[in-house]
Amino acid sequence: MKDTTDQTPDRKAWMSLMAKAPEGRIATLLDAALTRPDFTWLRAPEIGSVMVRGRAGCTGAPFNLGEMTVTRCALTLTNGEVGHAYIQGRSKPDAEAAALVDALMFTDAAATLRTKVLEPLEQEQTARRTTRAQKAAATKVDFFTMVRGED
Amino acid sequence: MYVAVKGGERAIQNAHAWLAEERRGDTAVAELSIAQIREQLALAVNRVMAEGSLYDPDLAALAIKQARGDLIEAIFLIRAYRTTLPRFGASDPVDTGDMACDRRISATFKDLPGGQVLGPTFDYTHRLLDFKLAADGEVPQAPMREADLAPVPHVTGFLNREGLIEEAQPDDTPPPDLTREPLEMPADRALRLQALTRADEGFTLSMAYSTQRGYGRNHAFVGELRIGTVPVEMEIPELGFAIEIGEITLTECETVNQFKGSKTEPPQFTRGYGLVFGQTERKAISMALVDRALRWEELGEDNVGAPAQDAEFVLYHADNIQATGFLEHIKLPHYVDFQSELELVRKLRRDVEASQGQHQEAAE
Repeated sequence: MKDTTDQTPDRKAWMSLMAKAPEGRIATLLDAALTRPDFTWLRAPEIGSVMVRGRAGCTGAPFNLGEMTVTRCALTLTNGEVGHAYIQGRSKPDAEAAALVDALMFTDAAATLRTKVLEPLEQEQTARRTTRAQKAAATKVDFFTMVRGED
Repeated sequence: MYVAVKGGERAIQNAHAWLAEERRGDTAVAELSIAQIREQLALAVNRVMAEGSLYDPDLAALAIKQARGDLIEAIFLIRAYRTTLPRFGASDPVDTGDMACDRRISATFKDLPGGQVLGPTFDYTHRLLDFKLAADGEVPQAPMREADLAPVPHVTGFLNREGLIEEAQPDDTPPPDLTREPLEMPADRALRLQALTRADEGFTLSMAYSTQRGYGRNHAFVGELRIGTVPVEMEIPELGFAIEIGEITLTECETVNQFKGSKTEPPQFTRGYGLVFGQTERKAISMALVDRALRWEELGEDNVGAPAQDAEFVLYHADNIQATGFLEHIKLPHYVDFQSELELVRKLRRDVEASQGQHQEAAE
């Protein structure tokens, strides 16, 4: 069921953004933006795991680090557009909302969703990341040379 | 004689009911929520995720609550839950060079690009009990300073430029997975790293400590320790491209170790590697030391017979769920086993007594 209507880089960006959204956030933003359209499930929401890999010495051979929980689903709108979601955690309602946004981004609703769902999500994510980075920056060590004591 | 019996159902039910009551404790004290455990006992949550080998802070917090704070029991619950999940696939290897670092320090270079960032650390605290925490305190506010969001380079990269440290050669061999195939010897480095990252923290710490005290000494410096978040990306077959499926906190430790060189390698520094879920610094440093000790063979070093050099010993005893399962099973009914031992000891005593009787008779 490979899609033919990929706007790959753009789509990759919004799917990645939604995968990391806090629980309940996509649904809240989506419902504030528009009334949900009808759809049918291609794959009902399913909770599973993904084996996360790392690399020895961060550039060497890959190894299995451990799993993380992921919820996925796929749906079709009545106009035939398909939406997929793979999101972190175990929230089926969030996966449903993410797949709806994904499908609706191929419809006339795209502009609305971009400003009312994706942009706020991105701003919130950037704000969270910036705040942590600023707290980290405040713990950066400023070295100063002591006066040498021999004379 | 042994007679087969069954029973204990009511006793077990009542024991579990009492366990539930004891778990709740004094009902005059407010009940802990999962969110409270997740937010305020985050390092316990991290340990349960790392050793449970499943990244999900809410589940780990639930497991800690259910286990009454017994972290190995909580890890057991997470391991059991993990087996019920269908696996969607494996991620692309995470790029720790792209980490949004909360903490990043080096014990080998003072002045390094990106600087020494301490992060929320226990280091430099005086380890004095803080009685303010026992009272309802004010919410502390961390100071902030203007930040650069660019990724910080890895310290080993600097040494690499001079060729003074062994390179971690890029390699895309699919790694073995001990959750799918039983752990067997010899274990390659990928398998060892998987076993170590989910290994018991106490065991890994003790093994690492033994190398520092001289049992397979390899003189480790912490080249770099970083803690922060990385995105996890996975190829989605039905889409035909990769997307980020989430973001996880990791602790990474790279050690720089002395190495005299071998027949094929010039004198240079070698590396040990630790990468663990969550903020789990003690574990990540321990993992890097043990990883390095286990590399003696591929680096052409002597096996001095140190426990930390013995892959079979380390890897088969590092898993606390396997260990606790085998250890604790001996408290369960072994009535038949014991009955046969009892018969044996009685018989041996009869034989000894009989032969002693004969000796005595002979002496008289």
